[in-house]
Amino acid sequence: MNEQPDSNAQRPDMAAASPPANGWAIELEKINKRFGPVHANKDIDLKVARGTVHGIVGENGAGKSTLMSILYGFYTADSGAIRVNGVEQQIADSRHALALGIGMVHQHFMLVDNFSVLENTILGAEDDARLAPSLAKARAELMRLEREYGLEVDPDAIIEDISVGQQQRVEILKALYRGADILILDEPTGVLTPKEADDLFRVLETLRDQGKTIILITHKLREIMAITDNVSVMRQGEMVKTLKTSETNPEELAELMVGRRVLLRVEKGESHPGKPLLEVRDLVVADDMGVERVKSVSFAVRAGEIVGIAGVSGNGQTELLEAVSGMRDQRAGTVAVNGRELYLRGDDGAARARAAGLAHVPEDRQRMGLVTAFEEWENSILGYQDSPEYGSGPFLDIEKAKAEADARIRTFDVRPPNNRLKTSLFSGGNQQKIVLAREMERDPDVLIVGQPTRGVDIGAIEFIHNQIIKMRDAGKAILLVSVELDEIRSLSDRVLVMFDGTIVGEADPATATEGELGLMMAGISERKAAQ
Amino acid sequence: MSALRPLPRWADLVLLPILNLLLAFIVAGLVVLIIGQNPFVAISAIATGAFGNGYNIGYTLYYTTNFIFTGLAVALAAHAGLFNIGGNGQAYVAGLGVIFVALALDQYHWAIVMPVALIAAAVFGGVWAFIPGYLQAKRGSHVVITTIMFNFIASALMVYMLNRVLKPANVSGPESRMIAEGARMPRLSEFFPPFQYTPVNLSLIVAIIALFVVYVLVWRTKFGFALRTLGHNPVASRYAGMSNSRIIMIVMTLSGALAGMVAFNEVLSVQNRLVLDFVADAGFVGIAVALMGRNHPVGVAFAALLFGALYQGGNELQYVVPGLTREMVVVIQALVILFTGAMEGLFRPGLQRTFMLFSPEQKAEAAARETVGSEG
Repeated sequence: MNEQPDSNAQRPDMAAASPPANGWAIELEKINKRFGPVHANKDIDLKVARGTVHGIVGENGAGKSTLMSILYGFYTADSGAIRVNGVEQQIADSRHALALGIGMVHQHFMLVDNFSVLENTILGAEDDARLAPSLAKARAELMRLEREYGLEVDPDAIIEDISVGQQQRVEILKALYRGADILILDEPTGVLTPKEADDLFRVLETLRDQGKTIILITHKLREIMAITDNVSVMRQGEMVKTLKTSETNPEELAELMVGRRVLLRVEKGESHPGKPLLEVRDLVVADDMGVERVKSVSFAVRAGEIVGIAGVSGNGQTELLEAVSGMRDQRAGTVAVNGRELYLRGDDGAARARAAGLAHVPEDRQRMGLVTAFEEWENSILGYQDSPEYGSGPFLDIEKAKAEADARIRTFDVRPPNNRLKTSLFSGGNQQKIVLAREMERDPDVLIVGQPTRGVDIGAIEFIHNQIIKMRDAGKAILLVSVELDEIRSLSDRVLVMFDGTIVGEADPATATEGELGLMMAGISERKAAQ
Repeated sequence: MSALRPLPRWADLVLLPILNLLLAFIVAGLVVLIIGQNPFVAISAIATGAFGNGYNIGYTLYYTTNFIFTGLAVALAAHAGLFNIGGNGQAYVAGLGVIFVALALDQYHWAIVMPVALIAAAVFGGVWAFIPGYLQAKRGSHVVITTIMFNFIASALMVYMLNRVLKPANVSGPESRMIAEGARMPRLSEFFPPFQYTPVNLSLIVAIIALFVVYVLVWRTKFGFALRTLGHNPVASRYAGMSNSRIIMIVMTLSGALAGMVAFNEVLSVQNRLVLDFVADAGFVGIAVALMGRNHPVGVAFAALLFGALYQGGNELQYVVPGLTREMVVVIQALVILFTGAMEGLFRPGLQRTFMLFSPEQKAEAAARETVGSEG
């Protein structure tokens, strides 16, 4: 708290040092935030020019979310100054942030599913106890906002009936309705189809042209390049550099984020597929509510090939993975590994799938693949705990399990190398390595991988991709499901596109364009919309 | 960046329960003050009443035995994510098993009756808990609801059994025939005279063995690994190929068997016959014991001893301080349960904040986290 407000000393690497024509919307100066002894934000300086799209990139744990939470009033900075539109502010809570015109669109939407768009918009901003007058007033205002910014949504539609992309618009409308002038978007495209993402970017451009300021937090460098005017890179709690987007490139940004050179492209040789190791025939799977999410799907994965399943999340991929790996009963159809049909009914089907040589890296490692409250070594045997090598009788050979965990920690370079550490204390990338090591080191015939790099830092992505390709080259059959189209395209030898529970098409990742895949991913309705 | 970091183990296991206990005593002390008695006299009366001499200690250990069994029953189920509130009913029904065996075999030596009665108690208690376990595993009926309902069913069943089946013709009250003396499990006073005629008996040894067995089962066996996986994350256990329904049924059965040991203690050595409500809500105290003991056998042992002392000391209190009636003693016991059991997390956030500022261990862990953060 010893900063001098009149000190104009600019960091040499601040690209836009002189005040822009419209002035600064946000100025952060020497922001510090500690959580106990963890220094989450160290002397952060950030200036966001009014009427621009400003990207913030950084790996997990780099401090982006903390910084935005300080700006949005979730946390109070330990020291440092915040100026909004040139006026110094002490932002006490998010209500205060809103009053200053700062709105936030969260990664996970904060909407009431069974309320209408209009009701969600005014939720928490009702004028008085009587609802009807507020709703009438809000409707007019909402229509005005929708027209002005090209954010068409039916005000009377119920949230659960509209698409994810539209739900996101509602979130943006909520912020605008509350008078937001500065919008913070946290990883906004994670749940969108490529087309929906393009739509979002068009909306952001409109907003910017109307004078709004947008701060975009993302880890997708392609989006940074496509939409932002300036970009700030954070690493380990520090602001590394702020650049004009037009003067940089993805390679440079990745290097700044990680602190070393990173290969963004996957290097793999020709695939030499052999006999089919995983055969799925006429598989029908229902979700917990009894709704059919996979509708008669058939495909095969051969030895030495990676088959990618592309699709917007929620089109049956999750249920497909769960059924094939024995976690979910199938309604009809068969799954065969190495020519032998699996019996997957009952709630221990996953054990039989594993015994048949099928390993599974689940989509959601924290919900499914790990027990985060366990120590690392316990997770390194999860799923294989009954195997005789961890003790023949009812007792667990803990020393053996720990020794194996140590070996895997070394091969997969898990950090920190401590098998007694609680799993929740590892970073996302290291947690994923724990799961991958466990599933790959058993030399399975078939490897099912869901979202291998979701929430994983760039440095670890490279490693994980290489491991998957190594498995392929060792003659394993690999089924890959990812919502990251880039990942599917760069890793797969064949791409199947899933929409509404069926496989709507197959494509060669080398020749298919993103647009073609995107149309398939969006299904027929989206194709109609595009015409 | 989560704002609060978990407490170091020793603070979680030792400091927090002590703080809770202190608060309970302060509030209880205020209550004592309000009715015009001296709280310090009361507390010293409780302490003397619980540990003053061999007789007091004997009674304290007798209560402790029951609380260890019910505490373990709740703790074991809790490790699998199940909340077994049915300890009362399971212990009550287990009384049937013990009395059937004891009455059928009471012409034999206690050394023969004891192991058979122990198994019978485990089987009857286990079956009474298996049914809610089955309903949870196969039908999705929540064990919290079903075990509570089974407490009521048990109580009605036992009234019927005692009045219509077990009551000898020449007895007026609803109770069974007395077990022949030679078949009764020996009291510890036979080996250790200072315990005098207190009811503490060999089942205390069984309780200590049970503590050890539960520890080994939960942390040293493959089944324990599976039940802890289920308890922390039922999706992960399904992913790992563990049969959640099977684990639920087995754990509930084992939990009921542990609760059933209360009947083994009460029927075979304390009451020496089956009487109405011999469980005396030990099953509910077990919930507080397990909560306070953090579901760990060592914690359960200490918490059971504390509650045993409170029960025994509380009973003595009414004789030492005449102004404190039996009802007041129950109020004090209830306050302790409230603060150590139901509201055991009261101080946690504040303590966590304090620790984040001052603890050197936390700094070391933070350093470890920093290393985690920097990927290779």
